[in-house]
Amino acid sequence: MLTDNEIKELESHARDIRETIIQMLVAAGSGHTAGPLGMADIFAAFYFHILKHNPANPDWEERDRLILSNGHICPVLYASMAHAGYFPVKECLTLRKLGSRLQGHPERVRLPGLETTSGPLGEGLSQAAGAAYAFRMDGKKQHIYCLMSDGEQQEGNTWEAAMFAGKNKLHNLTAIMDRNNIQIEGMTEDVMPLEPLADKYRAFNWHVLEVNGNDITAFIAAVNEAKGIYEKPTLIIAHTIPGKGVSEIEFDYHWHGKPPTKEEGQRFLKEIRTMNGKVPHEYA
Amino acid sequence: MLNQDARLSPNVFASDNEKVPTRDGFGKGTVEAGKADSRIVVLCADLAESTRAEWFKKEFPERFIELGVAEQNLATVASGMARAGKIPFIASYAAFSPGRNYEQIRTTIALNNVSVKICGMHAGISVGPDGATHQMLEDIGMMRMLPHMTVIVPGDAEEARKAVIAAAKTDGPVYIRFGRAATPLFTTSHTPFHIGKAITLWESEKPKVAIFSTGSLSYTALTAARMLSEEHIGSIVLHIATVKPLDTETILAVARKTGRVITIEEHQRAGGFGSAVAELIAEQHPIPMRLLGIEDLFGQSGEPEELLKHYGLDALHIRDAAHALLHI
Repeated sequence: MLTDNEIKELESHARDIRETIIQMLVAAGSGHTAGPLGMADIFAAFYFHILKHNPANPDWEERDRLILSNGHICPVLYASMAHAGYFPVKECLTLRKLGSRLQGHPERVRLPGLETTSGPLGEGLSQAAGAAYAFRMDGKKQHIYCLMSDGEQQEGNTWEAAMFAGKNKLHNLTAIMDRNNIQIEGMTEDVMPLEPLADKYRAFNWHVLEVNGNDITAFIAAVNEAKGIYEKPTLIIAHTIPGKGVSEIEFDYHWHGKPPTKEEGQRFLKEIRTMNGKVPHEYA
Repeated sequence: MLNQDARLSPNVFASDNEKVPTRDGFGKGTVEAGKADSRIVVLCADLAESTRAEWFKKEFPERFIELGVAEQNLATVASGMARAGKIPFIASYAAFSPGRNYEQIRTTIALNNVSVKICGMHAGISVGPDGATHQMLEDIGMMRMLPHMTVIVPGDAEEARKAVIAAAKTDGPVYIRFGRAATPLFTTSHTPFHIGKAITLWESEKPKVAIFSTGSLSYTALTAARMLSEEHIGSIVLHIATVKPLDTETILAVARKTGRVITIEEHQRAGGFGSAVAELIAEQHPIPMRLLGIEDLFGQSGEPEELLKHYGLDALHIRDAAHALLHI
């Protein structure tokens, strides 16, 4: 169980991550906004509580593996890594610039701490399953997490991976699906319906949990439950609000793939810093 | 005459010389490499018997992973395993891997720069009766265009065995191309093999034309060289198993010596082995060339020998190309 203080601390990390996301997107002038903001709570939970990792030694053999499948939400990955100490937070402002280690979509060989290269959708779950299979062959204890989007459930490769992980009962694999219901062209259920997602994964021999992905406590509890399941891999369907933290863009799919302008950025930052008006003054 | 340093099979021109498909070299090579290195795993997509992945499976059942008919998963699961410390060999037909899963290979293996060995079976027109869908004629081009990728097209089953063992010891992604049909064993266990090194199979005293070949057509090139020598036309046959990185030094030295080059491959003329050689020759030592390959066509059903002849990939076509270059 998390103490109230621990929860507050994680929420504060999520706020810092959101702030950095806005700053880096404004500086980059392109990139994705809604997904990264929606996933900030889950990333805070991973990088500041769940993962066994060592930012000072990114290649530490015993570390858990976090594989980001939908690479386009990398601003939240970079911001989380920076705040966790993998590299200076100010480097986040180099996102998408020539020569930067922070590529528009993550490239493993450029930045220590990235587990893979991703962007083209539907490929992370099978890489995570491959790693989980290999670690189990060697009796290793690392846990493998795969973060994926709901939109990429439209990719055939995702289901090939789901079949493989189900067949092989990869209990050391936990997948988290960012169920934010949007994709570039609109709402997922209009573009190409995905439901019933939970039933589909259950039919593929997965243990499935559903959780509010913006509730850090609930999410951590779900991850703990997943670790207790031995005969199956677990999927956590995390219902998140795209654009979470900036009320004017929440659930607006137009914000899937565009960055805030400078003016919008200032407005968004103010809302995040004042916690939606809960604190009277912005800090610094 | 035959290059003695290549230590080729003594009865290389005998009509009853042994014929073995290069895919057998995959089977043997993975078993040998697997004995030497416990990190080696073999992944297959429901084709264990015909790819010869079964041979590894029998020896190391716990290190053989069956993916079912799912080539996209084949590539990406292998990528994940490589990142977890394994050296995966993935086996399917070249038409499906890298044909079906090219983007997965590009992103999660090549750009990601992980040590996955992609083994494309049943490549080329000599697949035979299965027809055009299964006759992969574009894989060399697709794979050699990818940064980080090494591309090897072994000449016979013995060389294929050596290529698999060498690939297992090489960091990073490697593509190895294998054939279905039984083809002559012209090399021996003593024939040198190094990734990135071409070997001279034949060299006449006054060579006027070079034949650069890859894959099992190197045997056809040898036959053509003998045919040309009977017409008193000297030639050099250079077997270039590694299409990428090319042995530029040897290729340019031979090109300078002969002043004329023919390339031959079981692949589209566009983008393949001949194109790779032409890129080098055009920049470094421009001389007349003839590129033999498939002329922008899909194949069809037929027996391997019939198809090779039909599409212009036999010794007679090499001889004709030499005549054309020599204005005979």
